[in-house]
Amino acid sequence: MVPEAIAVMAEELARTGNASSLHASGRAARRTVEEARELIAERFGARPSEVVFCSGGTEANNLAIKGLYWSRQAQDPSRNRVVFSSIEHHALLDPVTWLAKHEGAEIDMTPVDGAGRIVVDELRASVAADPSRVAAITTMWANNEMGTVQPIAEVVDIARTYDIPVHSDAVQAAGYLPLDFTASGLDAMTITAHKLGGPVGVGALLIRRDVEPTPLLHGGGQERDLRSGTIGVALIAAFAKAVDITVGRQDETVDRIEKLRQRLIDGIRNVVPDAIVNGDQLPGPDHRLPNIAHVTFPGCEGDAMLMLLDAQGIECSTGSACDAGVPQPSHVLLAMGYDDVAARGSLRFSLGHTSTEADVDALIAALPAVHERAKRAHLVRSGS
Amino acid sequence: MRVIAAMSGGVDSAVAAARAVDAGHDVTGVHLALSRNPRSYRTGARGCCSIEDAGDARRAADELGIPFYVWDMSEEFADEVVDDFIAEYTAGRTPNPCLRCNEKIKFAAVLDRALALGFDAVATGHYAQLRTADDGTIEMHRAIDMGKDQSYVLGVLTQDQLAHSLFPLGDTTKDVIRAEAAARGIQVAQKPDSHDICFIPDGDNAGWLGDKLGAKPGTIVDEAGAVVGEHEGSYAFTIGQRRGLRLGIPADDGKPRFVLDIEPVSGTVTVGPREHLSVDFLEAIKPLWCGAAPTESLECTVQLRAHGEEHRATVVVEGADVRVELHDPASGIAPGQACVIYDGTRVVGSATISRTERRVTA
Repeated sequence: MVPEAIAVMAEELARTGNASSLHASGRAARRTVEEARELIAERFGARPSEVVFCSGGTEANNLAIKGLYWSRQAQDPSRNRVVFSSIEHHALLDPVTWLAKHEGAEIDMTPVDGAGRIVVDELRASVAADPSRVAAITTMWANNEMGTVQPIAEVVDIARTYDIPVHSDAVQAAGYLPLDFTASGLDAMTITAHKLGGPVGVGALLIRRDVEPTPLLHGGGQERDLRSGTIGVALIAAFAKAVDITVGRQDETVDRIEKLRQRLIDGIRNVVPDAIVNGDQLPGPDHRLPNIAHVTFPGCEGDAMLMLLDAQGIECSTGSACDAGVPQPSHVLLAMGYDDVAARGSLRFSLGHTSTEADVDALIAALPAVHERAKRAHLVRSGS
Repeated sequence: MRVIAAMSGGVDSAVAAARAVDAGHDVTGVHLALSRNPRSYRTGARGCCSIEDAGDARRAADELGIPFYVWDMSEEFADEVVDDFIAEYTAGRTPNPCLRCNEKIKFAAVLDRALALGFDAVATGHYAQLRTADDGTIEMHRAIDMGKDQSYVLGVLTQDQLAHSLFPLGDTTKDVIRAEAAARGIQVAQKPDSHDICFIPDGDNAGWLGDKLGAKPGTIVDEAGAVVGEHEGSYAFTIGQRRGLRLGIPADDGKPRFVLDIEPVSGTVTVGPREHLSVDFLEAIKPLWCGAAPTESLECTVQLRAHGEEHRATVVVEGADVRVELHDPASGIAPGQACVIYDGTRVVGSATISRTERRVTA
């Protein structure tokens, strides 16, 4: 968390006041929330009334996709198709597959190319096949594993053609790419605080006033009646402070991190010449996030490398892990056409606001021995 | 040393890891995921592959302040242990999957991976003791807690494997281990011991095999060859089994009958009186020696099943064949089980029983 957000949060936690109460301390709390809403709206090109606070990215995605599905179905029961991409985060993928399993949704997964970008023509054809039955379209702004930026403008264009609501999970993009909700033409967009230097436990769905998803939570009617529950004033205030600072210095951060990423990739290629850097390699907001380097190490086990790097204080990721902690091959890589072995032999390095050249150099220094051992582990396993 | 502590989520492996830390080793905790489909891990605390167990192992590692990872060994486990278990039952033998898991997974796949990754040894919560002899040979001995001794299921380990193994619990009794776990603040201190085969959720081996292999009806005959019953698959039987035979025709003498023989090709199961389960000689194959193979006949003891009794015996080794003459007869010994050979408390080696014979009395 950015220190200023921690300070704001601590200060707010010490104050009493339910933002829905009518007395003085209630009004003061409400004012804090509304100022936070205004600030976040401004930073993301939205109107304050379009900011619906909730517990984070997962809830915002659930509210968007389930909520839109239910409300569009209520208007016309034949609308049961959901068009989405094959590389969505589980926070979107799982609610969509839940709709298929429990609500009779027909789901249509748009394929991606080798760089991890959706094939727009496929999405267009999929929607055009039966547009009146499409309940909603959703495509993430930038992929969390590969960093590849998605063609949101074109997706929105297709949605507008048929007047279908369109949502984007912009959790990964926020803080690294310029995001303007109104200019994007999206109907709904997910952001979350902890990716922006704010606290875990708060996020927002930016959603146009004329779009009315069915709420997930019913109760006191807070947040436009879309998200009932006592408003978390301290979380929201800290969220706004983090957004203000992080988005405020975004250009400078992107510039610095882009250079760090280049240093990292040059270093990796120098030590491991056969390493493959995945995804779109061109820089810039139409191509990829500046902070992610996704690398395949042929003939290596990613989880062995993760463990050995971890032992040296260097933290990276493979795909995801199941509840028991078993590393799973990433569905994003599989969608991009990688086989199981290549998917398991890949690592994602994420650079953050606090990453330094010294951090990158430490990784490069550790890499030769780690790579050598992970290669041996793979040979042992494949029985060679 | 850099040590991988295999942590099942149970109390023993947690204390073993703690003792490895105390001994000054650089310890990394690893939980082995053995189920093919991790999301369907069964719940409950009875086996070694539930989500709860992985969580318990993680919490124990947290308490010890050591790094913790889950290693996916499900493919190796399916190929080497589960498939072998099915194949052995199909062939009318009675395998010991725990022993197989130690031989092929814990002290092979896991150990090999650990060594490749730059570790020096694997520590487990098995109850057995390692000692270095004067000539540098590493000897494995029974644990001091005979009730918990697991040297039988470790009898398949070779010198090379033993040289990279740590069994920190062998010199302690289980009640002391439990008390130690509680004193160390390990949450699983009172967790019950696991006894079942970990990949068979409800302990119903016959039902599990039935699901895998389908019905293969056959007959149950007495020693004279008269049909006394029918069954849905010979794999549901183990030599020495008495329960669940569901024989339609009682024995002439009215005494209980036991499975004496399983003929997997025809599916014929032979039953007879308890006395006929008695075994005086056995032959075993595929021996694995903890040190040098015995070159001459050996007066020793043998153990023929997990937690089974010791029998005094004379063992003769001829290449890959081991002949065992029991000085006191054993009962209900099934081909497929391991014959582990001991010299006092020391494990000499292990071989797989291939044939048994009863002394013909005049």
